[in-house]
Amino acid sequence: MTALQKKAHNPIAHLTEQDVTDLGLELDALREQIIASRGASDAAYIRKVITFQRRLELVSRGILLFSLFPPAWIAGTTGLSISKILENMEIGHNVMHGQWDWMRDPKIHSTSWEWDLASPSAMWKHSHNQIHHTFTNVLGRDNDLGYGIMRVDEDQRWSPFFLGQPLWNFLNACLFEYGIAAYDLEIGKVLKGRKDKALFRTELKAVWAKVKRQATRDYIVHPLLSGPSALSTLAANVTANLVRNLWTHSVIMCGHFPSGIETFTKHSIDGETRGEWYLRQMLGAGNISGGPSTHMLTGNLSFQIEHHLYPDMPSNKYAEIAPQVQALFERYGLTYTTGPLLKQLGSAWAQVVRLSLPNDFFAHAGSAVATAPTTLVRKMTRGEQRSELPAAA
Amino acid sequence: MSPSAPAVLGRLRARTLRLAELVATPLVPADYIDLFDPLRSGADLRGRLVAVRPETRDSATLVIRPGRGWLPHVPGQYVRIGVDVDGVRLWRAYSVTSPLDEPGGHITVTVKAIPGGVVSNHLVHHARPGTVLQLDQATGEFVLPTTAPTKILFITAGSGITPVMGMLRNAVHELDDVVLVHSAPTEADVIFRREIRALAATGRIRLVEKHTDRDGMVDVDELARLVPDLAERESWACGPTGMLDVLEQHFADQGLADRLHTERFRPAVFVTGEGGTVTFDRTDTTVEADGATPILDAGEAAGVLMPSGCRMGICFGCVVPLRSGAVRDLRDGAVTTAAEGDGVLVQTCISAAAGPCHIDV
Repeated sequence: MTALQKKAHNPIAHLTEQDVTDLGLELDALREQIIASRGASDAAYIRKVITFQRRLELVSRGILLFSLFPPAWIAGTTGLSISKILENMEIGHNVMHGQWDWMRDPKIHSTSWEWDLASPSAMWKHSHNQIHHTFTNVLGRDNDLGYGIMRVDEDQRWSPFFLGQPLWNFLNACLFEYGIAAYDLEIGKVLKGRKDKALFRTELKAVWAKVKRQATRDYIVHPLLSGPSALSTLAANVTANLVRNLWTHSVIMCGHFPSGIETFTKHSIDGETRGEWYLRQMLGAGNISGGPSTHMLTGNLSFQIEHHLYPDMPSNKYAEIAPQVQALFERYGLTYTTGPLLKQLGSAWAQVVRLSLPNDFFAHAGSAVATAPTTLVRKMTRGEQRSELPAAA
Repeated sequence: MSPSAPAVLGRLRARTLRLAELVATPLVPADYIDLFDPLRSGADLRGRLVAVRPETRDSATLVIRPGRGWLPHVPGQYVRIGVDVDGVRLWRAYSVTSPLDEPGGHITVTVKAIPGGVVSNHLVHHARPGTVLQLDQATGEFVLPTTAPTKILFITAGSGITPVMGMLRNAVHELDDVVLVHSAPTEADVIFRREIRALAATGRIRLVEKHTDRDGMVDVDELARLVPDLAERESWACGPTGMLDVLEQHFADQGLADRLHTERFRPAVFVTGEGGTVTFDRTDTTVEADGATPILDAGEAAGVLMPSGCRMGICFGCVVPLRSGAVRDLRDGAVTTAAEGDGVLVQTCISAAAGPCHIDV
């Protein structure tokens, strides 16, 4: 990625100020239409998902009491992994976005929800809902661009630390729930002495308390309840958390890192209009194509573009509006970035590996390796990828 | 000294509870148990709708099996019911119409569908048996005293009959002299018509049934003619605001103010104008805000420490309870209203006052 404002070919150069205003109005109208259509079936949907997830968790943990038997271990671990993924993605993430606040059910509300993840919901809501969703893909403002440990854009300055970023990214994926907690604590800012120490201590205490409770549950209480199966239950719980970590990390990488997704310079958003904000969300996110189960297990973040346009819209509505959003992209001559999970994930990882080196590394080395990311070659390949995507729709 | 058995049991229970909490975190054990038994004792108070019995063309009686935490009501009291209409939880108060010994431990409320009433129309026409409703414990002062007065007058109109029906069903055999003056637009609109006429036929009560479409409203002069011994009676009145205002005035004029007990079914009326007085209750701050200023800005300008976030309606970092009043969503003009006790959560950054409102900050 290169910040849109610095590109040789600006993908929004063809849009006039009026176009952007109109685009904003159309997206506002679509939002109103969907918000007005929320009703009993949507409420029934989220309650059904929550009920299913809790039953699945109960059954899986029940089966794991006998995890000494391999079939029980496999069934229980699979069920618990899926349960944790649903709880984090389709339920936790979306409830905390306020997608279900309109139901006025205090038990399914952004202000009261706590999730099965190391980071306390209040802290996550700040760094995710407020910082990331407001400053989406703005270099220097949206810390989700590499989480402060990676360089995922040519316009982020290279340092030798980033040579290790494929490894950092892999470790972060394995320990993602703790990675998120550290991120929400703004450890980077703390190390640079730019965070209020008292605030940090309070937050650290909250995180530590939550980590302790979560770990006690998965790694001590449930194994002990399993009696002779204690060790195998411990292994099952570690596995389920690992599976959840890898999965959620992968889905989230696909949202903003694959090629085709744009970034924006720090001051490009000064005085940004509603239409321009929408436009940035459209270009700053990418989708994952797939079937209903993919959408469910990604918490409908497979509709990352729609989610970024309307973060507080019930997740089950994203699939419904996706065709209309895609049509809007076509009419305004914009690129709707999407692809199957493995392709998007591969693209995101390729960025992580490529950008671990300085931008002009290969050019200076005079290498002719096929992957050499000289600006020209990169732009051409990306142009090709783009042109094939909308055609599929 | 060895610890007593109850102490040991108590400690054991506390430990089991702590273990259950550890097992269930970050949820609480109740979240899982609710999946199987939402009406158990100790759960948030709920009830299951057992049956819906039509009364008149626009009213119906809901038979509810309350959860095990339900405490017996006092006849005449009302219960707040939370029902999901189009997916949105809305709370309304209805008088309990069942006697204390209703079979099956059920309770009943009788709902009249008022024109444009979202909840009442839903309950009368669309509620399905099996639905779980949210309940509060019964409450209210519109009840008979422990020792019932010898001579009683009930003055009711429309669905105002409901709390009185609750009292009559429970204790009519203990009351010596009851006069019921009840008004409804037509004969067909008289809720519990057969039942009150039967009470009158057996001499339990004296019934004056007025059909206002034909007879007109009962005014105070007519009331004096209908009930000559009005001054000797303890009176309970329930009906439209206008009727109650007139009665209160009349009783006061007669020096009988303390003999009249009233119950108002005031459907919360909201002044949804542009802007209004915003009161931040906890900080005891009041500001005048116009209809274009987000409550968040109004509060901050007045020095209230408001929770805030993106300030554009997406992050929900600014959500606080609207205790009462009305706010307008600046994005689509939708008005959100709350009555005392609702605590509707609103996003202050995109909500402006649409009338006087109280914010719980």
